[in-house]
Amino acid sequence: MVGFGMSGFELTGASSIRQSVGKARFTRREALSLGFCLCCLPATGLAAQAFALKDFGNGLFIREAPHEEATATNKGAIANIGFIVGRDSVLVIDPGGSAADGRWLHSEIRKRTSKPIRRVVMTHVHPDHCFGAAAFAGEQPEFIGHHALRPALDARGTYYHQRLAEVLGQENAGSLVYPTREIDDVAEIDLGDRLVRITAHRIAHTDCDLSMLDTSTGTLFPADLLFVGRIPSLDGSLPGWLAEAERLVKLGAARAVPGHGPAMVEFEPAMAIQRRYLTALQDETRAAIAEGIPIDEASRTVAASAAEGWALSEDYHSRNVIQAYKELEWE
Amino acid sequence: MGIAIPFRREEENMIQIVRHALAAALVTVFCATSATVVDASEADARREERWQLIADYLFDDREILPTDTLIRIEAPKRAQDAALVPITLTMPEKDKIKSVYLVIDDNPAPLAAHVTFGPAADPGTLHLRVRIDTYTNVHAIAETKDGKLYSTVAFVKASGGCSAPSGPSDAEAMKGMGDMRMKFAKDIQQEKPSEATLMIRHPNFNGMQMNQLTRLYTPPRYIDKVTVSYGDQDVLDIVGDISLSTNPALGFGFIPRGEGPMKVVASDTKGGRWEQTFDVPSVTQ
Repeated sequence: MVGFGMSGFELTGASSIRQSVGKARFTRREALSLGFCLCCLPATGLAAQAFALKDFGNGLFIREAPHEEATATNKGAIANIGFIVGRDSVLVIDPGGSAADGRWLHSEIRKRTSKPIRRVVMTHVHPDHCFGAAAFAGEQPEFIGHHALRPALDARGTYYHQRLAEVLGQENAGSLVYPTREIDDVAEIDLGDRLVRITAHRIAHTDCDLSMLDTSTGTLFPADLLFVGRIPSLDGSLPGWLAEAERLVKLGAARAVPGHGPAMVEFEPAMAIQRRYLTALQDETRAAIAEGIPIDEASRTVAASAAEGWALSEDYHSRNVIQAYKELEWE
Repeated sequence: MGIAIPFRREEENMIQIVRHALAAALVTVFCATSATVVDASEADARREERWQLIADYLFDDREILPTDTLIRIEAPKRAQDAALVPITLTMPEKDKIKSVYLVIDDNPAPLAAHVTFGPAADPGTLHLRVRIDTYTNVHAIAETKDGKLYSTVAFVKASGGCSAPSGPSDAEAMKGMGDMRMKFAKDIQQEKPSEATLMIRHPNFNGMQMNQLTRLYTPPRYIDKVTVSYGDQDVLDIVGDISLSTNPALGFGFIPRGEGPMKVVASDTKGGRWEQTFDVPSVTQ
């Protein structure tokens, strides 16, 4: 997703988590460093999932998540996740933002079908999308990821896990799962009665983004290549993201399940709104670099009007400018 | 952190000193409150105590006077990206300034950079980018030409900046290591202070980034020395440490004199050495 927060466990997202947890986290870490027993601290309760699954027919179920950062209350359930029940088996597309979120999704699937869960698609490295994967390990599915997901997990997994554990506690954070099937370009998967087509994208939102098209319902799963309502968070390449977004538009899908936002949206209008923001971010960052405006001043001024109206823009927009600046200054 | 990190000796000592101090301070805090909330004034006291330790370590017995005029620090109150926190230092009475130190108190190795100005420098402004690991004071210290030290401080809220990875993968972060760019301001005039930005491609691995596959920390490898000269005069001499961000960038001032290109020599802690010259855009008289 976007920043470290809900959707984006980005590197910087850390500050947002810090924000949401405040002092309590500070002391917890200090306590750990002194070997204090954590069992005396308030436990993160297993509160009931606040979000319901939406049934879109044809075996398609999506959990719509709120625009929040990961907290002990929401247990990292901050990204849109779901599954498709095919004739022969179930495919999960994004297993959730934590072990707790993954367990919840697994139990929701089992309330509806006893078919085997044969595939778990992990759309990218951000923890709000893939940290629930371990909850499906018992099903022994194929864990499907971009060919760059493994090195991304190697580089960031520990960091993400530590951050998430600080917020949710170890037992809810989830352990890392590597892809067992890597997608280099495009792969088609047969669920018995329908084909889904999975595409590995070039560097965009991150360097390991997958999207999926359910050909039987014409539903696109752009994952975090599309944000609706919540400000997009940049953790890959800005020109790359704009290019891959155009590639998705050419697929002509009528509807899509964004990584963040309503469970189902009309695809092109939603992507057009995101394109406006990303284009303004790119154009104005390039202009700032050309004018010799330093990165700190740019982070306060660039594309400020384009950022208005997006959820969590105060947490992520300046950060996006910094990400864009440090990429575009080397053009 | 069970893996030994081959820090240089002084850093090792520094980290130990700081760890002992931190542990002592924390014990005090927990004994005093036995609660999970750290009292604000006690946190301030802890920070002040830590700063005293750092100052003693870096400057021995030299007196450090507070200043509002010799050096100012501009830093975000809350870092947007803890792995890239832009810091601007301004030195209004620039003719008095010999060098500046940037210290991030609660980073594992607090000294982020020491920049010494040469005769071709304009020491009025410096822009740096640093990693910040936790909520911390950031001290900027000016050393004047008469050998005195003056400090100012800012408080920055950040988290996890040091362990944040350098790039999508270690291999990716290493690409183009040592490439440099220099950006000059427009309209450069003879003898009139002008600004330039030096950018160096380098992962600046700081030893706190863990590789999930190997469960090992990526060994530290960071830019530790950069010299910038202009013609036969020095502009800047920079001693860097683990806190400089990936792809270090430094904005600085210089005095255009129309004598030769600007030359940069950078070296890192693994013996890497890179040299590049940049033509200063035509200097108008």
